[in-house]
Amino acid sequence: MTLTADEYWMIAVGALVNASCGVLGCYLLLRRLSLLGDAIAHAILPGLVLAFMITGSRDIFPMFIGAMIVGTLTAFLSQSIHRIAKVPEDASMGVVFTSLFALGVIMITRTARDVDLDPGCVLYGLIEFVPLDVVTHFGIDAPRAFWSLLIVTGLVIAFVVILYKELRIVSFDAHLATTMGIRAALVHYLLMAMVAGTTVAAFESVGSILVVAMLIVPGATAHLLTDRLDRMLMIAAIHGVVSSAIGTLLAVYWNTSVAGMMSVVAGGLFTVALITAPRYGLLSMWLHRTALTVRVVREDILAMLYRWQEKGSGVFIGSDPSTAGSRVKKDSRPLSPAQVVRAVGGGLTVRFAVWRLRRRGFLRTEHDAVTLTHSGLRRAKGLVRSHRLWETYLAEHFDLPLDHLHAPAERMEHFVTPQMRERMAADVADPTTDPHGRSIPE
Amino acid sequence: MDYNTRIVLIGTVMLGVSSGVIGSFAVLRRRALMGDALAHAALPGICIAYLVVGRRHFAAFLLGALVTGTLGVSIVSFLRHKTRIKEDAAIGMVLSVFFGGGIVLSRIIQNSPGGNRAGLDSYIFGKTAAMVSQDVMLIAAVCAAVLAATLLFYKEFKLLSFDRGFAAAQGWPTMRIDLVMMSLLVVTTVVGLPAVGVVLMAAMLIIPGAAARFWTDRLGAMLTIAATFGAITGAIGTLASARYARLPAGPIIVLVGTTIFVFSMLFAPRRGIVARLITRRALERKTARQNLLRTLYELAEPHPQRRPPCAPVALIRVRAWTLHQARRALSNSAADGHTLRCSDGKYRLTESGLTAAARVVRAHRLWEVFLIEQAHVAADRVDRDADAIEHVLGSDLVRRLERRLVELGRWPADDNGTPPSPHAISHESAMP
Repeated sequence: MTLTADEYWMIAVGALVNASCGVLGCYLLLRRLSLLGDAIAHAILPGLVLAFMITGSRDIFPMFIGAMIVGTLTAFLSQSIHRIAKVPEDASMGVVFTSLFALGVIMITRTARDVDLDPGCVLYGLIEFVPLDVVTHFGIDAPRAFWSLLIVTGLVIAFVVILYKELRIVSFDAHLATTMGIRAALVHYLLMAMVAGTTVAAFESVGSILVVAMLIVPGATAHLLTDRLDRMLMIAAIHGVVSSAIGTLLAVYWNTSVAGMMSVVAGGLFTVALITAPRYGLLSMWLHRTALTVRVVREDILAMLYRWQEKGSGVFIGSDPSTAGSRVKKDSRPLSPAQVVRAVGGGLTVRFAVWRLRRRGFLRTEHDAVTLTHSGLRRAKGLVRSHRLWETYLAEHFDLPLDHLHAPAERMEHFVTPQMRERMAADVADPTTDPHGRSIPE
Repeated sequence: MDYNTRIVLIGTVMLGVSSGVIGSFAVLRRRALMGDALAHAALPGICIAYLVVGRRHFAAFLLGALVTGTLGVSIVSFLRHKTRIKEDAAIGMVLSVFFGGGIVLSRIIQNSPGGNRAGLDSYIFGKTAAMVSQDVMLIAAVCAAVLAATLLFYKEFKLLSFDRGFAAAQGWPTMRIDLVMMSLLVVTTVVGLPAVGVVLMAAMLIIPGAAARFWTDRLGAMLTIAATFGAITGAIGTLASARYARLPAGPIIVLVGTTIFVFSMLFAPRRGIVARLITRRALERKTARQNLLRTLYELAEPHPQRRPPCAPVALIRVRAWTLHQARRALSNSAADGHTLRCSDGKYRLTESGLTAAARVVRAHRLWEVFLIEQAHVAADRVDRDADAIEHVLGSDLVRRLERRLVELGRWPADDNGTPPSPHAISHESAMP
């Protein structure tokens, strides 16, 4: 499929919109103001119509001003109604933006019926017609929307670069910002004004729905991929550009709405990031959890076998007075693999763990009997030592009853490092038996 | 009124009632914008239903909207609980991406042969005037379902709205109750879409509940008021748009709702802004009056009965007042009959002023003593605490405290019944 020049212009315009919205959206996301972006994108409608009514033209700059005023007003009103009248924050936002949007729709239908400012264009834009309206600057023929968006993108970049430190501190800790002498409220309303301004520039080409998508989705995607603000801004901008390109291609292919397709693609990219992100992705979180589960099961098997052998060897000294000091009935019959699996709870994970242990030389199976190898025995001793030292430590410092010691120790034994183990041993004066009277292995 | 207007009127009124009731719960549970996400997420479902059925079929549209709407809500809940995405971003994403998908599909439908007749635009902006009796029947059914469910599960809904953890601890099936509430929200949103459109459906859900909240603290009353507001907005909006050409009903309904909201916000008793201002002003005045009386009394000690005149300047040395505030407090007290203005611009307490001042000082010092002896508060913090509490204390409580202190033998009353202050009063320089 080859693209026409018009389609390249559509991609360019979309990329500028998406990148500038994406960058501003990062700050909204971090400050949990994403829905305020949504609210502003809907609420600036009356500002646009008012600017149009006053100037009688669709010139970008009066509309820019009108939108900035109404956008900042939206943020201000939502905040004030929430604070002064004690209406929940989301409800106050909902009241403000729907009311302003309704007002805008009525103003459009009353005053501008025969002008090409119709509610449909407001929601999903007319990027398809963007390439038709060409203006020449610096000897380059480019769509009018491209020039205005170029200015807006420049302004957004300048805003973010000049106020980088202030925006960052206000985003992460508004109170700290105030103590450092940064006027958090001023920065907040400047951000809101920038959002409103970007929204209006994007409006006629892509419509409010794509603006909302682009204010939220790229930031959220970047948030999944990184913990650093500078990288997050970069990723959000790239996400915007990529969804513009892919969205346009798919929309042209299926002959459908470009703006709608761009937001669907943005959502798709988010889904990909959600699944595959290195740290916060679903896949990696699942893998981490599974790996931990398998390790715990593996260690449980080793410790269980150790205890079985210990019991069979008869050195077990029970705390029960009737058996204390006496030799327990010897039962050193080794366990079969099936018995091992059953003893640790059974299931696929346990089977897998047994298989891994055998592969790595911790277990040996001969004549249907599972025994610990030399290295397996060493690992198992370490685990049981951690477990019993932890029980001793708990009994000594927290005065817990005997039957409350096992459960926490069972959880802790997997996370005790050798250093911790020895410090614990030193703390409880290196005992030889645990509170239950069982010997603590070296 | 012609037949069509009557049909539309019935429809919008019933839509107002059901969205008012179910929206109240959404507002209380801080889920106001969930309805917004739902309304947007319904669009692709409607489009898919059209693509599957091949014609405009109301039941199919409803089913499609239900499916994608529920999917959208589930995605919001999934993202919030299982990932690091916060709820607001999750709502915004579902809203915009689903709606973008809906636009894509609707454009494909419109480009297909016969697609113009799909009437999908009416779901985006709402065509209230195009409501037919079939739509109204459906709205009536939903309205009946909402009201019946609310009556039937009133206790459960109430519990879930105010204390979900408690409900769960009491063994209520919170998940299932939540599901019932959510389904009612979904169904109401979906039948409301053709009437008011995607964006304004959120307003139908939020505004009546938020406005009703100003008038009452009781859930039953709030639901009734919200239903009434919903009905009124629906009726006025429909009538206004029927009377004047070129007034679309959906936005008018919303703006009528906004007017009711603003009126409630300003003028509701107790929770309204005006009522709050009046209460606060009254409390401030009371505080200022008591502070003035106490200051005059303390300045006159050890012989308050002589009621020596006091200049405004003397007040600002002992209280954190500006000269202007001191003058205003003094002239207010003169108006109350507690002080008299002398010829030299100074003020002196009247007989009744002295009695009132003695009462204020007694309450104040009682608290000081009480807080020092009983509450183990550091002595340097007593003055401020006592000041604040004294203005909200009832006189019978003061008497109980007095008795208690007498019982304890800690009632160091002097000859006029006012105990001495336990901390030194710094007014030496202010004495005439």
